Amino acid sequence: MKAQKNIEYKATSNACKLCSPLGASLVFRGIEKSMPLLHGSQGCSTYIRRYLISHFNEPVDIASSNFTEETTIFGGGANLKIAVQNIIKQYDPELIGVATTCLSETIGDDVPLILRDYNKNDSGKLSPAIVSVSTPSYSGTHIDGFHGAVKATVDTIAEKGNIEAKHVNIFPNMLSPEDLRHLKDIFFDFGAEHIMLPDYSQTLDGPLWSEYQKIPEGGTTVKQIASMGDAAASIEFGRILAEEESAGKLLKKKFQVPCYSLGIPIGVNETDVFFNALSTITGKPVPEKYVQERGRLIDAYADGHKYVFEARAVVYGEEDLVIGLASFLSEIGIVPVLCASGGESGHLKNKLCQVIPDFETRGIEALEGVDFVDIGDAAKKLSPDFLIGSSKGYKIAREINKPLIRVGFPIHDRMGGARILHIGYKGTQQLFDTISNIIIASKQDASSVGYTYM
Amino acid sequence: MTNMPILKEREKQIYQKGAQAFDMTCEKKSLAGSVSQRACVFCGSRVVLYPIADALHLIHGPIGCASYTWDIRGALSSGPQLHRMSFSTDLKEKDIIFGGEKKLYGSRVQLIDKYHPNAAFVYATCIVGLIGDDVDSICKRVSDEKGIPVLPVHSEGFKGTKKDGYKAACDAMAHIVGTGSIEGIGELSLNIMGEFNIAGEAWIIQDYYEKMGLEVVSVFTGDGRVDKIKRSHGAKLNVVQCSGSMMHLAEIMKEKYGIPYIRVSYFGIEDMSKALYDVAEHFSDHPEVMEKTQNIVRKEIQAINPVLKQYKKVLSGKKAAIYVGGAFKAFSMIKALRSLGMEVVLAGSQTGNKDDYKLLREMCNDGTVILDDANPLELSKYCIEKGADLFIGGVKERPMAYKMGIGFCDHNHERKLSLAGYSGMLNFAKEVYSSVKSPVWKFAPEKKLS
Ligand code: SF4
Ligand code: SF4
Repeated sequence: MKAQKNIEYKATSNACKLCSPLGASLVFRGIEKSMPLLHGSQGCSTYIRRYLISHFNEPVDIASSNFTEETTIFGGGANLKIAVQNIIKQYDPELIGVATTCLSETIGDDVPLILRDYNKNDSGKLSPAIVSVSTPSYSGTHIDGFHGAVKATVDTIAEKGNIEAKHVNIFPNMLSPEDLRHLKDIFFDFGAEHIMLPDYSQTLDGPLWSEYQKIPEGGTTVKQIASMGDAAASIEFGRILAEEESAGKLLKKKFQVPCYSLGIPIGVNETDVFFNALSTITGKPVPEKYVQERGRLIDAYADGHKYVFEARAVVYGEEDLVIGLASFLSEIGIVPVLCASGGESGHLKNKLCQVIPDFETRGIEALEGVDFVDIGDAAKKLSPDFLIGSSKGYKIAREINKPLIRVGFPIHDRMGGARILHIGYKGTQQLFDTISNIIIASKQDASSVGYTYM
Repeated sequence: MTNMPILKEREKQIYQKGAQAFDMTCEKKSLAGSVSQRACVFCGSRVVLYPIADALHLIHGPIGCASYTWDIRGALSSGPQLHRMSFSTDLKEKDIIFGGEKKLYGSRVQLIDKYHPNAAFVYATCIVGLIGDDVDSICKRVSDEKGIPVLPVHSEGFKGTKKDGYKAACDAMAHIVGTGSIEGIGELSLNIMGEFNIAGEAWIIQDYYEKMGLEVVSVFTGDGRVDKIKRSHGAKLNVVQCSGSMMHLAEIMKEKYGIPYIRVSYFGIEDMSKALYDVAEHFSDHPEVMEKTQNIVRKEIQAINPVLKQYKKVLSGKKAAIYVGGAFKAFSMIKALRSLGMEVVLAGSQTGNKDDYKLLREMCNDGTVILDDANPLELSKYCIEKGADLFIGGVKERPMAYKMGIGFCDHNHERKLSLAGYSGMLNFAKEVYSSVKSPVWKFAPEKKLS
């Protein structure tokens, strides 16, 4: 009885997740001239800024409504309004994205109500636009905050005009700026107009400035978001997201925009699905450039297949990323022996079975809601050849003396986290080369001969 | 002039020397929507207690506060590494509704059984303050059951600033101080306080004191151990560094055990030497201490001076901006930068008080901008206006400096480079030099003042 009780009240040790307002802040940083505002204590904003800055190496301003003791007693309405006012004065944004925190949620502040009539301009519109999203961290992780903010933005701003637009909405999930740039290229090469939300490809990975930018340039414009209701179709990445009330589904419900829920396009299988969907939507064939990329990738698969075959990988991170990576790994013969996430959608195993047909017979472990101590314990038993995930797995990699391939978020111990390409044939190519080379290098380093050829 | 707007409510927290009468406001809650660089009460507590390496640090609240502080500080330990783990009660919705006490108790017991720490701290974060868990009585219960000190740290983020967090941490430690045997502690003994062993700095300082013939009973809290803290009341002097993060404990120990304290800084040649001399002065009944001190100082300075002179040659005339947590650090830094021939054009802190800013004003040249609890826009505005070549601050300020095409030196708790002591001064000079003189800045776009 007692043992069971202790299990029930287990602490989280070295969490494999972050809190929801972080995800929301990331989204609001991906909208043009937008400012994130966390409704809660100063510390949450500052810690989240610090965490994002350490990954992106870019300024990340996130405002706080700065709770005091009085706020927690009398409610945060007054503070929130002051915060909005001061943001307008300082930053002159076109959009303010308000995300709640555990605090404002617990005291029960109704943010939309507080800000409902606030700052209406002459034409009766809010100026700047205000999007609010509920992001209590005690129910969900950063990825829920991310999707929640995308959906809230679309819900607040997207409309249906009278035009027959041909553009495609793309909801890319929490990818790297490099991924987002690659996506934009793909749409461009297809000759397909698109609106991507969020788009922090420039705001969180931009050049030096000649004059100080209060809000870094780039991002999806509010105008673009408004026209998302007119799109020919929406594409959203994430097999877990497919199960949820997403922005894509909302547009379908509200404005009958067809929604394609796909996996994150990592590996040939999942990327094919994406390109086929684009072909279907646009009525155009896959551009030759990508046919070539795909061809080269498969050529590389052939060249390197023996090195990677039946290698064992520990994969961790957001569930959708884990599924994307696991799909790719298993299509080249690597066994993702442990697929772990701090998220807890309840769908992880199920979805892994969809992308890994022989999941059951492979003895793959799928763990939801785990922390890095759990992952480390499992990893030790599974004797993997490498780990793949964020830099936070480094401690485990070091302990078991196996290489860590850094992908996803955060990368706090290397340069260039923002420039890792994961998706498409091109991203897969880079991942494939990295993984094969790490396996080859381990063998080479361990060899007494020291071969200078493969 | 840049046209970056300054919020009216913040005007009194910005002062430009020479231009106006000195009437600075400080020690205020940050303004909502201003984007303060400050963290919270919890951050203050965590900074101070974190280096105690054989204690278990459990953060009671939802996951964020723990996730963001996992192994982010450069405080080294020569033994156990327990402090580098991040433990959280990870409160969920049902805990918020029904209270987190059971979870706190269960997690606490489970972790102590697994890691066998010598003490445990429970940090109460914002939510705990709202849902009203009785953290104190649970800590007491676990302490009774497990036979180790289990101490609540009341660090609810919204209940003040970082300074209140320091105080909460000191209060928690005060419960451990005085519970050990002081047998064998001699007359020539001291505690090092407010030194967190970032990149091994406490070891450098401890070494100086030992060479002076002094016994270091406990370091608060760099490479800290519970047993040493227990007997720290046997020391004859407390030497307190930093912007008062440990002043509260020094006061408590003075009152309770009659231990006097002096305040020092280990940064820069001038202040480092003064620290050692002040301590030697305190033990003037033993003239050999002063003698040894003079030797140490002479030798150390001789060792680094020739190299420092080289750096000074190239750095002379460069302009620096400083933005630090506590103002005390800024004083030493201004002196150190001057010794390198550099000029400080902006100096600010997150939590300085009126006296601090007065002193800053006295130290600074005309035209220097002094800022309290600044935000990124203000910092960049004045950096551009004042033509700074270098920014000294923490991780949050780093990309801002780089975006403007100016050098940066990390002087915060995350750094991996020791900056204290004489060797630290050399590191500092080298660090400044490698950023300011890097050839990459020639590719930076020309700055336009808009
Ligand atoms: S919840 Fe409170 S204690 Fe935790 S980081 Fe936020 S402000 Fe600090
Ligand atoms: S978990 Fe909640 S209280 Fe903690 S940092 Fe995140 S939003 Fe703030």
